[in-house]
Amino acid sequence: MKPVALTLLVLPALLCVSSVQAAAPELAQAAGTYVISGSSQIRFTVDQVGGGGINGKFTKFAGRMRIDGNSIGASTVSFTLYPQSVATPEQRISDFLRSSAVFDAETYPTVTFRSTAVRQTGENTAIVDGMLTARGITHREQFAVRLQGLKGGTIAFNVTGDVYRSRYKMDVGTPIYLNVVKFDMDIRGDKR
Amino acid sequence: MRRDRVNGYGFWAIGLHWLIAVLILGLVGLGFVMRRTAVDPALQFSLYQWHKSVGFVVLGLAVLRGLIWLVGRHPEAVASLGPVERRAALSTHLTLALLCLVVPLAGWAVASTTPLNIPTFFFDLVVIPPLPLGRSEAGEGFWSLVHAGAAYLLLALAALHAAAALYHHFVRRDEVLSRMLGRPGPHGPHAAPASPAPNPLQREGSKQ
Repeated sequence: MKPVALTLLVLPALLCVSSVQAAAPELAQAAGTYVISGSSQIRFTVDQVGGGGINGKFTKFAGRMRIDGNSIGASTVSFTLYPQSVATPEQRISDFLRSSAVFDAETYPTVTFRSTAVRQTGENTAIVDGMLTARGITHREQFAVRLQGLKGGTIAFNVTGDVYRSRYKMDVGTPIYLNVVKFDMDIRGDKR
Repeated sequence: MRRDRVNGYGFWAIGLHWLIAVLILGLVGLGFVMRRTAVDPALQFSLYQWHKSVGFVVLGLAVLRGLIWLVGRHPEAVASLGPVERRAALSTHLTLALLCLVVPLAGWAVASTTPLNIPTFFFDLVVIPPLPLGRSEAGEGFWSLVHAGAAYLLLALAALHAAAALYHHFVRRDEVLSRMLGRPGPHGPHAAPASPAPNPLQREGSKQ
């Protein structure tokens, strides 16, 4: 298995970003278990009619990924978001997102993702399939992962994916705000 | 289609008067409900969007009513009204007409200045652009005050206007109210047109 492929295993973890260079890490270097660092950036946007939209981020999250050095497909990622930590430039919008209209953070304090498959698509890219659970509803989702670097015990990815919020009964505000939530995450993992 | 006559209102004036009145009462009620913090947040969001869309309908109708008033003829005041009553009625009517423009315009200013930057998507059909005003909490607060203050004043004047109409109908028994219901003339001793000049429009109206 190519070293690059190995790194892709890591991708499953929605991880990423950082100053790490794009040079393909060695397989042996990438294999292992990583804990998602608090320095990761979990950003999202929801476009609105007429241009613009909501830009937000989550400041509290946790997760880990295990990169299988022998079989990329056997790698796993688990990730948990705490919607109470959602933040936007406008406090009233943040409060609305936490409310029962959207995340209902009091009743459903976590949003979770569990990978089910990892598929390498390029030298430093992969597709991660998994089950996303929000508001008690679970659907299969897919994220594109790009390895951005592996340096020392730290690995960095950029993870992108579109999630249709109507699947999770979060479609309040449509069609003023589009149904699609675009995630753009820079995820960093620290090797354990 | 009936137009305003010397002694009564035409189809458009009557229709716009009652349509605007109903919509404004609905908007005021909607405004009270949607401001309640106990309202479900998702419902509250929808109520705000309905409030904005219906508000633009009122603005359009008020502009149309104003244009018709400017270019059309106006019924003479009911003959039983004294000069003070006529001036009071005219002042109230002009103020009401003005407030029917000011209140939705101020609401548009609120939507244009709030940092929430929620698009005004008219009945989910077309985006109405914001007014060229800067977005800030101070601007939103100011225009919200103007919007609410003008709306309360409009509500108070509308109540006064309605009370006066009922007084004329049930106490004075003249045609002040009945002619805005499309039934000019037969309700009292002042049914005759103020101007006796023959007019095809009057004859047309007398058949109804």
